Amino acid sequence: MEDRTKLNRQLAQMLKGGVIMDVTTPEQARIAEAAGACAVMALERIPADIRAAGGVSRMSDPKMIRGIQEAVTIPVMAKCRIGHFAEAQILEAIEIDYIDESEVLSPADDIYHIDKRQFKVPFVCGAKDLGEALRRVNEGATMIRTKGEPGTGDIIQAVRHMRMMQSEIRRLTSLAEEELYEAAKQLRVPFELVAYVRANGKLPVVNFAAGGVATPADAALMMQLGAEGVFVGSGIFKSGNPEKRAQAIVKAVTNYQNPKILAELSEDLGEAMVGINESEIQLLMAERGK
Amino acid sequence: MMRIAILALQGAFAEHRQMLSRIGIDSFFVRNAADWQQTKDGLIIPGGESTAMMRIISDEGLSQPIREAITHGLPTFGTCAGLIMLDRVHLNTMNILAKRNAYGRQLGSFRTIAEFKEIGRVPMTFIRAPFVAETDTDVEILAEVDGRIVAARQGKQLVTAFHPELDEDERIHRLFIDMCRAFKYESNHASTS
Repeated sequence: MEDRTKLNRQLAQMLKGGVIMDVTTPEQARIAEAAGACAVMALERIPADIRAAGGVSRMSDPKMIRGIQEAVTIPVMAKCRIGHFAEAQILEAIEIDYIDESEVLSPADDIYHIDKRQFKVPFVCGAKDLGEALRRVNEGATMIRTKGEPGTGDIIQAVRHMRMMQSEIRRLTSLAEEELYEAAKQLRVPFELVAYVRANGKLPVVNFAAGGVATPADAALMMQLGAEGVFVGSGIFKSGNPEKRAQAIVKAVTNYQNPKILAELSEDLGEAMVGINESEIQLLMAERGK
Repeated sequence: MMRIAILALQGAFAEHRQMLSRIGIDSFFVRNAADWQQTKDGLIIPGGESTAMMRIISDEGLSQPIREAITHGLPTFGTCAGLIMLDRVHLNTMNILAKRNAYGRQLGSFRTIAEFKEIGRVPMTFIRAPFVAETDTDVEILAEVDGRIVAARQGKQLVTAFHPELDEDERIHRLFIDMCRAFKYESNHASTS
């Protein structure tokens, strides 16, 4: 494997067990860092507001992203539209630490994702199932996250995607070697990737949960289902007490197997973000880009 | 039977555990004050984000006991963020000053092979890495890359700016385990005499 791909996968390894928080201003970025975030996602509007505003949503203003880069020492990520490699080039030019090729923004291409191997900067991509995850890895993604349903505060989609991935991984590990060719064909990915998953019982890259995480319990649920860390989008800065909630979610990810600590962390967090149930929404962002 | 505590708040703690199990050493994860109570012969502070880990150890009431244990001689190995956490402005157990993100952002991350004192040439993976900007006379420099200090030792504390747990080479972990063995022998000897 090329050194750059390896280094980019390894940065994701350093983020494991951590929380990546959506922030829209340098002040929010500082709050997130002080609360123990392992990285921040810089964007002009958090998913809940993107959903509310409607219309086409695009990459954020590079000046706004640079303001956040200057405010914190932890890694800064930013989103580009699915397939929009020019936006990705711009993000690479400002030395972003990780690009999220994200379904939260309006897709720019309904057939092709970005050829991420052409970039030095790492990419994280969303996936609903194992095939989608491995197709993104094959295109050069060095980190995967569930798609969830961003901006809703409803965890059901992230749970569905994580369970789907884990169950497909378990199924692969039980296959005979000669059955892997057919599995690769069904998943529409190269044989080598399928063979890796079968041999190791996991994706070749770090796998985070994203979409709808609003409480410490949500974070612990996703970790117990096999996530290696958590993205929190609207859940923190759309809630009553962002600072306290941010700290509580950070600690919940560390102590996800300890209900006693989780109980303490869940106390007095104030108002959670207002949720929208999956069935009440018009636009399923997770259906963008497969 | 030797047992190493690995601080497992965030970051690449599982990789250290894998490396230790490959060389036949038992380990356990420390996530809170209760975990810390277990008997241990050494401590590993892994790579990850030092601000995140500093925040959690202070909230969990772990800063003070960890600092005391290290000051009383518990062998400790810090990699990357772990190096930063042992420096003067953080836990302040080592006479070093780390420069954070010293090679810039992720585009500055790199891999190289360089000389490590008493071991020879070893692979070194630097991920948004720090280096040691200042040391005192009681700090032994173990490795330098491009004139920057990337590995050092002071008494029972070993630090690397790079990530030996991400490479196949086991020699730096073995070096740390030897430091733990010597400590175990000394402390047993002290308690029986």
